[in-house]
Amino acid sequence: MPEMTLIDAIRQGMDEELAHDPNVFIVGEDVGVRGGVFRATRGLFDKYGPQRVMDSPLAEASIIGVGIGAALYGMRPICEIQFADFIHPAFNQIINEAAKMCYRSNGDWTVPMVIRAPYGGGIGGGLYHSQSLEAFFTHTPGLKVVVPSNPADAKGLLKSAVRDPNPVLFFEPKKGYRLIKGEVPEGEYLVPIGKADVSREGTDVSVFAYGMMLYYTLQAAQKLAAEDISVEVVDLRTLYPVDRESILTSVRKTGKALVVYEDNLTGGYGAEIAAIIAEQAFTDLDAPVRRLAGPDVPAVPFSHPLQDWFMLNPDKIAAAIRDLASY
Amino acid sequence: MGLSNEILLDMYWTMLLARRTDERAWVLHRQGKIAFHISGIGQEAAQVGAAFALQRGQDWISPYYRDLALMLAVGLTPLEFMLSVMGKKGEPSSGARQMPSHWGLRRANVLSHSAPVATQTLHASGLGLAIKLKGDKHVVLTTIGEGSTSQGEWYEAVNWAAIHKLPVIFMVENNSYAISVPQDKQMAVPSAADKACGLGLPGISVDGTDIVAVYSAMQIAVERARSGEGATVIEARAYRLTPHSSDDDDRAYRSREEVETYKKSDPIPLTQRLLLSKKIATQAQLDEMEKRAQTEIEQAVADATAAPYPSPEEALHPVYAEEVTHA
Ligand SMILES: Cc1ncc(C[n+]2csc(CCOP(=O)(O)OP(=O)(O)O)c2C)c(N)n1
Ligand SMILES: [Mg+2]
Repeated sequence: MPEMTLIDAIRQGMDEELAHDPNVFIVGEDVGVRGGVFRATRGLFDKYGPQRVMDSPLAEASIIGVGIGAALYGMRPICEIQFADFIHPAFNQIINEAAKMCYRSNGDWTVPMVIRAPYGGGIGGGLYHSQSLEAFFTHTPGLKVVVPSNPADAKGLLKSAVRDPNPVLFFEPKKGYRLIKGEVPEGEYLVPIGKADVSREGTDVSVFAYGMMLYYTLQAAQKLAAEDISVEVVDLRTLYPVDRESILTSVRKTGKALVVYEDNLTGGYGAEIAAIIAEQAFTDLDAPVRRLAGPDVPAVPFSHPLQDWFMLNPDKIAAAIRDLASY
Repeated sequence: MGLSNEILLDMYWTMLLARRTDERAWVLHRQGKIAFHISGIGQEAAQVGAAFALQRGQDWISPYYRDLALMLAVGLTPLEFMLSVMGKKGEPSSGARQMPSHWGLRRANVLSHSAPVATQTLHASGLGLAIKLKGDKHVVLTTIGEGSTSQGEWYEAVNWAAIHKLPVIFMVENNSYAISVPQDKQMAVPSAADKACGLGLPGISVDGTDIVAVYSAMQIAVERARSGEGATVIEARAYRLTPHSSDDDDRAYRSREEVETYKKSDPIPLTQRLLLSKKIATQAQLDEMEKRAQTEIEQAVADATAAPYPSPEEALHPVYAEEVTHA
């Protein structure tokens, strides 16, 4: 199996779907000749032309709203939001339109579309190039929310998202675009939306994470193995609808649960995971459910010491696991 | 222009049916039999004139809440409307999930729309883009109130259609008010059609109570759209003869004298006079049509009243396309 970076796997997934279905097209800011500011669509404009890899005007509501209209006519748009931080102008179109279309039309109209958005901090992007916004969307029935943590999953999940008959938000950990490498199966494959994955088996503590934090958690677990702490790492992969069974199975095995997420602590996505465990696995717990998340300040600050203070890393995660293991 | 006597009579019939259906809904509301009504009274000529310039059933429509006459013109029945105001099972736009007048009619290529104004215009541009990408020849009509053209999403939608010369007609039904706010607090230009100039496409302003004028303007726009020349903004000037909705009291913001003045340009008597003066219809024929409308509407009210409500379990689905049971 060839090894590749996260972003190369994402690009390969889009390339294959463009080849597979003539209704698929990419639309977003600078996705054409430039190949995207992160180069996620590099080469696709030359290969498929301006009608299938389309530069939009600089207006996010229109990227999503036009995508919805095209989807209602039978197209399968892949809409790129340049940075997740700039998705807010399109919030209305995502929450009130894409997410509610199927329900509000009693199934007459459905919106098969993918919204790709690079998210997350640690890249010196300051308040407006670092945000983690999944919690806004995991509150919204009608959407599916996916966050891959490795190249193989990213490709297989993205291909599933393109073929899914519903709107799928696909948040990509941008810090990991070139940092995270991994083997990607050759040939055609899909990774199902809605299934978590046990990335590492263990017996002492279950850690639930996704995206960049999953990558860091695996590093923390590796380190703790040397200290004789056996960590089970569950990659949630699909945040909504969430795979409750996999969460409960793991926590029933270890009896201890830590949820790690990069977003602000309060009202963050991990709170829902903690609630699921507290409600449905209370008697299996040997310790209170713990959350490790970003601090409750508006967003990630720019200056390095400030950014490092905000961001989680393998050491901070290892410390939290150690603490929980010793409870 | 191609408006035969027969078509003019059909147009008048549709306007009349809309007016009497609308008036019946106000009565049902006053009787406490329905909870809400939002009216299109005063805008029937604009809507019917626009609809008849389309290839109804083939072309696409992304409408707004005042479009009862437009909907009847593309095949919605008075019974279906009565089912919707009563929240009854079988209501075709949403299975009684949405408030009345939130249209959608798959069989007639009418998209489902929501309540936040202007969102539907972006979907129209998306449809137009998909039509163009697929090389089809359909055109798209999207409607909106003049106040709602203040929304960014409207400008974004028109901008997209102008850039890509999309086959979309943006019709602004200017009824002089947005709830209580008059036009001069919504825009500094005298006509919403003037906004087109800054976006690089033609804008036409017509008397929206003159069905022939609206039809003629629409014909020009449809011809442009179908031949690949691109989008057009049409402002149809009219006056909202009723309060904003059944929850509004318009005495708080406009005088009775003002409303009385505008009743002189009520499109129903104007069109009657046209038909009589051109000897397209006799008074006896018009009386006959009144009777026919009344019979049809009373039957619709009776049938809708007898129809069942949806069962509570129906509210659970379909949130996702996989849950849609009908084809
Ligand atoms: C985004 C949004 N804000 C506010 C409202 C509440 N609202 C409903 S209709 C309306 C006035 C619309 O006026 P106009 O666009 O002129 O259309 P008209 O009702 O006059 O036909 C308002 C403020 C809404 N539906 N959506
Ligand atoms: Mg108005």
